Amino acid sequence: MLEKLILNHYEAAAVILSGIGLTNLLLQRNLIKKIIGLNIMDTAVYLFLAAKGYVAGRAAPILIEGEKAGEWITNSAVYANPVPAGLVLTGIVVSVSVTAFALALTLKLYESYGTLNIDEALMKMTLQQEELEAKIEAQEEELIS
Amino acid sequence: MNEEIKAIWRSFYDWVVGNGPRPENEVIPDEPPPDLPFTRKPKDKFSRFHEATLKERYNQWMEIHGLHMFSALYSGISVLTCIVIVSLLLATVAELPPFGDERNPANNEVIRRYVERGGKETGAQNIVAGLILDYRAFDTFGESAVLFTAAVSVLMLLGASRRNNADDEQAMKGNDSGKNFMQRGPPSVRLHTFRRDDAILRGVASLSMPVIMMMGCVVVINGHLSPGGGFSGGAILSTALILCANAYGFERVHSFFNERTFITTSSTALMIYALSKGYSFFTGANDIHSVIPKGTIGNILSGGLILPLNICVGLIVAGTLYGFYALFSEGEI
Repeated sequence: MLEKLILNHYEAAAVILSGIGLTNLLLQRNLIKKIIGLNIMDTAVYLFLAAKGYVAGRAAPILIEGEKAGEWITNSAVYANPVPAGLVLTGIVVSVSVTAFALALTLKLYESYGTLNIDEALMKMTLQQEELEAKIEAQEEELIS
Repeated sequence: MNEEIKAIWRSFYDWVVGNGPRPENEVIPDEPPPDLPFTRKPKDKFSRFHEATLKERYNQWMEIHGLHMFSALYSGISVLTCIVIVSLLLATVAELPPFGDERNPANNEVIRRYVERGGKETGAQNIVAGLILDYRAFDTFGESAVLFTAAVSVLMLLGASRRNNADDEQAMKGNDSGKNFMQRGPPSVRLHTFRRDDAILRGVASLSMPVIMMMGCVVVINGHLSPGGGFSGGAILSTALILCANAYGFERVHSFFNERTFITTSSTALMIYALSKGYSFFTGANDIHSVIPKGTIGNILSGGLILPLNICVGLIVAGTLYGFYALFSEGEI
């Protein structure tokens, strides 16, 4: 198995990277670090796709001019796989959009609660709610009595 | 204290019900009601942010809700999950066909078709450009739309507080006697402030900005002939805009690129993209003769719609990436 993993070392590296990203995503309490973990997972996907598109000894998928001007070599044994390049492009764009949106939400959370730690933010939310409820209850009791 | 709360409650009740004049024993407290502990200001400027109380309350809260055990359990389970997933995926990777072999199942007849007839059918020298902007053009349209939607939602989230503050300042200047000013929320968080009069940065920017702009335009316009295209060229163009904003201030960029310009160019580019590609797909699917010439491979004016579509995508990407930077650092485009 180790031999095969070394043979496919790009894919193995991609899998390990995505594992690192997933661990970051699950274990970090800081939202910015969570977003970094998500980005590491994205990068792992790009690495995997790019590794799948590589074919040893072939040129990049841009047509090469033949011996005569105006003639182009269209033999498919010359060029590498063009599809993963397009897929990686899609992935990059979606990752940029998701990252920007997540960062904007994080900024709003920081503005409201003054912290990036989700446990702390949750605690503050709960405490605020509890104190508000207690206050309203006390006021109602006062009003009744 | 009780009296005060009672008075506040009564005035609030009256305000809600709309019961005319306030009661006579109404007392307006001089001090605002006590803040929650985490918003309390530090006692003096050397004390750090009331760390002890916050920590205490945090621990207390964790105790009450039984979260210590939960978080231990959670970390254990998540580490286990990650290990299991990674080992499963590694076992799968070991079964994959060897890296870079041309007999891999990924190099099938689809790829052969794209490479052998892509040049003739799309007129683009760069097969990837022909792939993403001709065969799969609606996929790329969706990408541009996703990017534009992300920019608009970030604008909604981060631009709103800024705009409210500006409205309040305008109201302050008018005849309102500071009523709105009291009601406005805390000012939006500014992440950092740059000095915008750096001589070295300005010198470097004035030298390198035209070159970066030109490089971005070359990458966009040669998208169908060489590696690159709308997305990478747009990213290069946006770095030029960001450099300009950092060296000369956002006001300089605002003189030619503001929120209005951004929305107008992006939606116009998306519209042109959708209409032209819709026409091309419609004619292609119904076997109608299309008026768009393919051109000869290798010329700048070739590839049918790929060149204008690349320019559209480049405009959207440049505006969006600069917009992200401006929104996160300034709060407005």
